[in-house]
Amino acid sequence: MRRRQFLILSAASIGGVLVYSLDRKASRIFAQEKSTQTLKIPLRFFTEEEAMIVAAAAARIFPSDDSGPGAKEAGVVIFIDRQLAGPWGRDRYRYAQGPFDENAAREFGYQGKATPRETYREGLKGLKGFDSLSPAEQDKNLQQIEDTHLFALLRQNTIEGMFSDPVHGGNVDMVGWQMVGFPGPRMSNYDEVDKHFGEAFRPKPVSLEQVLHRKVRPSEDEDAGTA
Amino acid sequence: MKTLPSADVVIIGGGWTGLLMAKELSARSPVSIVVLERGRSRIPEYSSGMDELDYFVRMHMMQDPSREAVTIRHHDKERSLPIRQYGAFLPGSGVGGTGEHWGAVFPRLMPDCFALQSKTVERYGAGKLPEDHTMQDWPVTYDEVEPYYARSEREVGVCGKAGNLNGKKIDGGNIFEGWRSSEYPMPPTITPYFSELFRGGAKSLGYHPYNNATAVTSEEYTNPDGISRPACAFCGFCERTPCMINAKAQPTNVLLPIVRQRKTVTLRTNATVKRILHDSTPNGAKARGVTYIDESGEEIFQPADLVVLASYTLGNNHLLLLSGLGTPYDPATGKGTLGKNLTHQVSFGVQAFLEKPLNKFMGAGGTGVRISDFDADVLDHTHLPFIRGGMIGAMSVGTQPLSTFGTTPRSMKLPRWGAAWKKTSIEYFDRTGVIAFSGEQVPHKGNRFDLDPIYKNPLGDPLLRMTMNWQDNERKMAEFMNAKMVEIGHAMGAKEVNPFPGYGDYDVVRYQSTHVQGGTMMAKSPDLGVVNSYQQHWEIHNLFVIGASTFPNSGSSNPTPTILALTYRTADAIVDRYLKKPALLA
Repeated sequence: MRRRQFLILSAASIGGVLVYSLDRKASRIFAQEKSTQTLKIPLRFFTEEEAMIVAAAAARIFPSDDSGPGAKEAGVVIFIDRQLAGPWGRDRYRYAQGPFDENAAREFGYQGKATPRETYREGLKGLKGFDSLSPAEQDKNLQQIEDTHLFALLRQNTIEGMFSDPVHGGNVDMVGWQMVGFPGPRMSNYDEVDKHFGEAFRPKPVSLEQVLHRKVRPSEDEDAGTA
Repeated sequence: MKTLPSADVVIIGGGWTGLLMAKELSARSPVSIVVLERGRSRIPEYSSGMDELDYFVRMHMMQDPSREAVTIRHHDKERSLPIRQYGAFLPGSGVGGTGEHWGAVFPRLMPDCFALQSKTVERYGAGKLPEDHTMQDWPVTYDEVEPYYARSEREVGVCGKAGNLNGKKIDGGNIFEGWRSSEYPMPPTITPYFSELFRGGAKSLGYHPYNNATAVTSEEYTNPDGISRPACAFCGFCERTPCMINAKAQPTNVLLPIVRQRKTVTLRTNATVKRILHDSTPNGAKARGVTYIDESGEEIFQPADLVVLASYTLGNNHLLLLSGLGTPYDPATGKGTLGKNLTHQVSFGVQAFLEKPLNKFMGAGGTGVRISDFDADVLDHTHLPFIRGGMIGAMSVGTQPLSTFGTTPRSMKLPRWGAAWKKTSIEYFDRTGVIAFSGEQVPHKGNRFDLDPIYKNPLGDPLLRMTMNWQDNERKMAEFMNAKMVEIGHAMGAKEVNPFPGYGDYDVVRYQSTHVQGGTMMAKSPDLGVVNSYQQHWEIHNLFVIGASTFPNSGSSNPTPTILALTYRTADAIVDRYLKKPALLA
């Protein structure tokens, strides 16, 4: 087993930042309150170095700016870390028998051999030091890998981490849902569906666990093996 | 191999067709029935289904490709590759099958779909038939199936408004549909805003919009078996998930409660059927039962007097090919029938960017407004470069963010990530609606199923192989329909409409529909198809193959209503005739 890795962030460096405690509850602390504290977030798959690169890349794909919060506030890197540690990360549900064909036409879908874990681990080696580059340099780096399978996964996983139910570790405090006006799993819209024509109807978002009043076990926890 | 006591009937598959067959046979005959379902029993945890990641993206309800995949190539000269993750179609697994996560869209086939070849020749002459087509008429007509359609609609509880009651055209319904002997069991669902905008746009262009028929409830409904379901709540988690409140008809909420009460029926889950065994007798071949792998990995022989193959299209073809039943189709010689006439309903959309928010999170499966002005042969195709057509519509099934975030107007030429993309994607997230087309794919000589020579499943059996591509007829149809759809989008008030880029090669990634059909087609004689009009195998009379695999061609409509209607017809024939005198049904 590898040494347990943590993502260590200084609260001051990020501003409003998220704390993940071991019981998976995310909460927010603010820079002005605890500006000297560093935060240790337990990682399931990534090394700390990898996590910093992925966090930085996700923040360029989905930046935090005037149009709303981004990958940083939503905790996208934590979402991706958990997905990779779970069955999806190791292709538990993909047909993974050879022969493979890395050069297959797009219409056949991804035909390579590498699992998402392997794609990230290998691909991130080429992005060493990415997190310490300037945003403009980071964008240039990402443009260079835009056609790779790693980038396709990064983009897809970033959107997933922005807008999945918070039970999966991203979309913390439902920041993604609030930003686009998605209310989450509301049990009934019966009284509203024929109203509000042409006007935004924006009920306050609720998460699956809030609706069900119980714990939900997300798929990534089903058989989260060691990396 | 362990041999179990013989059953009168063994049914392979516990989805819509398998459970409906079990229910009908057990209601009207004393036969002992074993239903073998390869997936799990999966009813209790449905409330967790309101999670887009696990259900819509990681596809919690779908077949696991690591256990059961299919390969694809576009034509005979190309090397096949496995579909490693399902995308273009999403077969289900577990009790209820695909019927648990379906979209519940429930229109009948247009009457002339049953006589595609002869109706086309009658109107336009043989010269109009597309090159290398393999169209042939069904051995059953719409008129013969109509009473079974009506029965299916009452059983599953369908809402809609008739447009043709016994030949009388009714405004507001689909005036182009085939005649109906009765009104729908429930009135249409509420029409959400986006679909209402479509109705306005379509009307302004002179078309005939109607509320789509769907198997979700618009009010509390009790079916003839006494099964009650509450009115749909428009939660918007419908397609790709099971229903949280049983408003959407599913095999587990309509059929399973009845089947469970029947002492003559045994349902075994985690039972993966490997082969249908058969003997040669002086009177022809006879199925003697099936072998399956149980949960512990042990191979079991289940003898039976009658075998009903009721898997999805892929499973039906795969098992017949693996079991060596029937003659595989060879396009070079035109001989053989098994695997022939593989079709996949044509489905694509255009994205309309609208001024006002749509509140698209509210919706329900199959809910929306459509037009059939371009369906089937409604349009005169004399001067068009294609035959047949389909329905154009604007469905409001409930929109989640993972599958829709990031769509931007093409004219803005934005990158697919970064600040500008994010800003515009947020702006249009709830202002983008898809106008969708569902159309017919004319069967083609080269499109077929057989066994893959290279790729295998974990049991060591060859995977099923699809040879499949879009042909000129679909490509030209799509081009024509795309223009109509863009026009409707603008009539709805769209600032911009992203058009459909057109069909290239068949793409396994983009979701098309889970309406893969054919391969074990029904025909009027053994040289033309695998089964007769009762879905009885022409060569092995105690084997019935049911489901959309028996369709000679794809309608524009979703296949489930026709699948259920034909299953009722087969069940009646088995109870009323076959069980009394086991022989080929004429």
